[in-house]
Amino acid sequence: MTAVADNPAAVGRPIRRKEDTRLLTGRTQWTDNIEIPGMFHMAILRSPMGHAKIKSLDVSGALKYPGVHHAYGAEELGALNGSIPCVWAVTDDMVAPDFPVLAKGEVRHVGDCVAVVLADSAYEAADALEGIVVEYEPLPAVINMEDALKPGSPLVHSDKGTNKCYTYVMQPQGDGAYAASAAQADVVVKRRFINQRLIPSFMEPRAALASPMGISDELTLWTSTQIPHVLRVLLTLVTGIPENKLRVIAPDVGGGFGGKLQCYREEVLVTALANKLGRPVKWTETRSEDMVATHHGRDQIQDIEIAATKDGKLLGLKVELIANMGAYLQIITPGIPLLGMFMYPGIYKIDSYDFTCHGVFTNTTPTDAYRGAGRPESTYAIERIMDELADELGMDPMELRKKNWIKHEQFPFTTVAGLTYDSGNYEAATDKAMGLFGYEALRKEQEERRKSGNPVQLGIGISTFTEMCGLAPSRTLGALKYVAGGWEHCTIRVLPTGKVELVTGTSPHGQGHETAWSQIASDIIGVPVEDIEVIHGDTRTSPYGMDTYGSRSLAVGGQAIMRASEKLVERARVIAAHQLEVSASDLEYSGGVFRVKGDPSKEQSIQGVAFEAFTAHNLPDDVEPTLQAESTVDPQDFSYPHGTHLCAIEVDTQTGKSKIRSYVCVDDIGVQINPMIVEGQVHGGLAQGIAQAMYEGAVYDSDGQLLTASFVDYLIPSAADLPSFTTDSTITPSTSNPLGVKGVGEAGAIASTPAVINAIVDALRPLGVNDVPMPASPMAVWRTIQAAGGAK
Amino acid sequence: MIPSTFDYVRVNSVDAAVAALRAGGEDAKVITGGQSLLPLLRMRLAAPSILVDCSDIDEMQGVTDNGDSVTIGAATTHWAVMHNDLVKAHVPLLAKATATVADPQIRHRGTFGGALAHGDSAGDLPSVVLALDASMVIAGPDGRRTVSAKDFFVDYFTTAVGADEVLVSITIPKLGAGWGTHYEKFNRTAQGWAIVGVAAAVKVEGGKIVDARIGLTNCAPVPVRASSVEAALTGTSASAAEIDAACASAAAGTHATTDLGADKEYREHLMRVLTSRAVAVAAGV
Repeated sequence: MTAVADNPAAVGRPIRRKEDTRLLTGRTQWTDNIEIPGMFHMAILRSPMGHAKIKSLDVSGALKYPGVHHAYGAEELGALNGSIPCVWAVTDDMVAPDFPVLAKGEVRHVGDCVAVVLADSAYEAADALEGIVVEYEPLPAVINMEDALKPGSPLVHSDKGTNKCYTYVMQPQGDGAYAASAAQADVVVKRRFINQRLIPSFMEPRAALASPMGISDELTLWTSTQIPHVLRVLLTLVTGIPENKLRVIAPDVGGGFGGKLQCYREEVLVTALANKLGRPVKWTETRSEDMVATHHGRDQIQDIEIAATKDGKLLGLKVELIANMGAYLQIITPGIPLLGMFMYPGIYKIDSYDFTCHGVFTNTTPTDAYRGAGRPESTYAIERIMDELADELGMDPMELRKKNWIKHEQFPFTTVAGLTYDSGNYEAATDKAMGLFGYEALRKEQEERRKSGNPVQLGIGISTFTEMCGLAPSRTLGALKYVAGGWEHCTIRVLPTGKVELVTGTSPHGQGHETAWSQIASDIIGVPVEDIEVIHGDTRTSPYGMDTYGSRSLAVGGQAIMRASEKLVERARVIAAHQLEVSASDLEYSGGVFRVKGDPSKEQSIQGVAFEAFTAHNLPDDVEPTLQAESTVDPQDFSYPHGTHLCAIEVDTQTGKSKIRSYVCVDDIGVQINPMIVEGQVHGGLAQGIAQAMYEGAVYDSDGQLLTASFVDYLIPSAADLPSFTTDSTITPSTSNPLGVKGVGEAGAIASTPAVINAIVDALRPLGVNDVPMPASPMAVWRTIQAAGGAK
Repeated sequence: MIPSTFDYVRVNSVDAAVAALRAGGEDAKVITGGQSLLPLLRMRLAAPSILVDCSDIDEMQGVTDNGDSVTIGAATTHWAVMHNDLVKAHVPLLAKATATVADPQIRHRGTFGGALAHGDSAGDLPSVVLALDASMVIAGPDGRRTVSAKDFFVDYFTTAVGADEVLVSITIPKLGAGWGTHYEKFNRTAQGWAIVGVAAAVKVEGGKIVDARIGLTNCAPVPVRASSVEAALTGTSASAAEIDAACASAAAGTHATTDLGADKEYREHLMRVLTSRAVAVAAGV
């Protein structure tokens, strides 16, 4: 029984992901794979108009199509046509319009749900949509956020009398503090940045299947979601189905990026209709639907100004945002810009901070969380303006950063935004990154290209980012008016034959939790990683959880795993002591075996204890049978990963096309459980952040038609378009949790966007360019060069 | 992304294909690789009543040597075309351009004739066959006819192939000695359509360009020849400066559109820059 005793610790090893065989071969359960006899397939008729009155809607024609059983518009759906909830009223006077599952008399964005058909097959349901007759009366649409705020603008919700959702102000140093900083500054740099609208574009389109034929009489919903636990609560509120009669399962889920952190209309529809009809109902979205009906991300206008002395000391920072809510508020739509609010100061010491955000409605798909959720926007703005300030001051952009960043000996550090950063070492990460990058040699080459007038110019971009992970503690979320907690749960049990079940409330959708969580528990309990089964994503088998988003799963859920595992060992120790007839304090525990101090011949394995706890023939009087433990952890604070990202980019000034030459990043995410998973997360994040900088951007016309409604026009880079990344790390353990972990799920996406744009601007600065719009498409870059009067 | 109902028939001769198309009426459609057609069906932008699958017709497969030209069966896959020795030896421009079409999976399924008959001016191959003065054999109820590339492309997604006709084969003259070729494709992602593409074939003798053929992709509703550039190049020295000057008129005779990838002005600018680059590579400069 001592086989694992000499094994190295599991934590910190790049173990291959246990779940990958089934995920990569597709031999698993995706929601769309699940077939239940007697199942109806649902298809949805969506608005083709950006804004219109529904003058009439007749669904009866659909019923004449073969295989069709039911068709519903808002009227036919009646009381089942619930309203989609928003759980984050950011201000007391926030305007929260009704968001019916099926549109009532008016459609407000292309893709708005108008009617549904239930048929025997997905094909028949799709055909029958053509039998539905809708008469639309076009209404003026408003797409541009600034237009929407002007008097006389068309109103997205005429009953509200305004397109403004809210105005949120934060002035931690008081009103006038920033003005005082600006008044004493030698330099004030102002910029407007546009963080464009993005479409999450996860690999597995959304799907939902509700069945009233559960194992008992509960209704089961399988859905491609990041948040089965939160969703069950919300569906109970929307549909009235008692929570104990509703089981939500997230089977294997093919990516989310925040796009599946939602309570979607389609999830309500299949649940309510299956409950009403007593038949299973399944819906799987097409990619075309996904582009208009899955919530979008970003879409902010950022007016930012920074005040500094002439030698580069930062004095004040002022940010005014206009944030696009889209046509309706989804689960946390209004709060996304406020998650960014705290992070505009980045890694810098600044005297005063002034933040305002105006949320605004437009006739577009609702926005909500998308990888980074507020932090990519803030990081982009601060890292961009640091480069502009450096240029204004004639300083090297890295020198300016060094002058102002929080030094490693100053942690914990309370920022001007009021957050206390736990730990960090910006100097170490930067030194390592600069060494890997070859900064000086690239600057030299840049100088040569500039001198020779090479049509292909070289630019160097820097991003020294930080972010906040693990939304918690719960009381902080409450103070922000967020209607949920920030805790996480774990139950762990050793089965009679010695194998382990680890039940987590996190809900992975590609992150590799099954492997990483096993590594954490393996080291504490002393059983091999492969003996641990991680159970997740099902409200019946893992009833408590707050799910997976915001890089919270390890920072929060990891603590619960750690504590539950420790409790389990302590419980086992009492049983082992009883069996070995010594006191618990006389036992040593390592490698899954209890040994009596001073008498190593007397030992009992954890598996042996589990069997004793199962038979319960010989347990201490005060010990209950079975070997299990649980923990629900509400963390003490956020954690703050950081890193230094460096990008070298070649810009063809004749065509405007940019090509990344090299990309180096050194991330400090604290203790790493599995470095291979970390690297994978960084790679994916970089691809997404680079995509925002250079490729992706949702574009609407003035009527609200989405012009980028397929992957032909909404460009997602593939491996062929991306450089070979150089990734490395430094490790500064978090002090806000006992594992010392931070979070890595969003880091790459947050850090890389400004690094790329800073590099393109740096390449073109001699041509008179000081900004380029995102995505920095060849045409956008060429136009920028033309406007600056630079190259021919 | 769910198509409407349609019938499907697989035929093994051109005559059978024509008969099936005729029986199917105006809504019948030929399918071979389906790489352009299926997305249209799935997005319900097209709803044919019947698909006539011509990918099993022997006559429409493979490459044959006619001495001064090669003939390529219309249902030959892109993959087969670009790896064919006759094509590589005698029509290298086609091999190079085909290698830029979409991605390997699509090149294994999509066909040369299908890409031409689809008539997408953003496709890479129409400008190549136009530049190379290819001719197409089209079979219909009244027998077979031959149409030159310059008459084949009629308008957006419209070719000389009628509703009851099948594109059988494409014949491309060999260029012979002294010619250099290059396909310059400008796109935003590796698998993306060309914003502008330039198919260039240039004959250089004694340091001078003596003949030039240039086809432009995605610069008009149909592929176009940059005739004024061809004329301007003829007789110039094969130097970067002279090529660049000759390519200043690349946008003449085009009808550039505006889309998300390029507006008219930028697209015309790209025509000049990319034509110059394509010619320079083809000329070995």
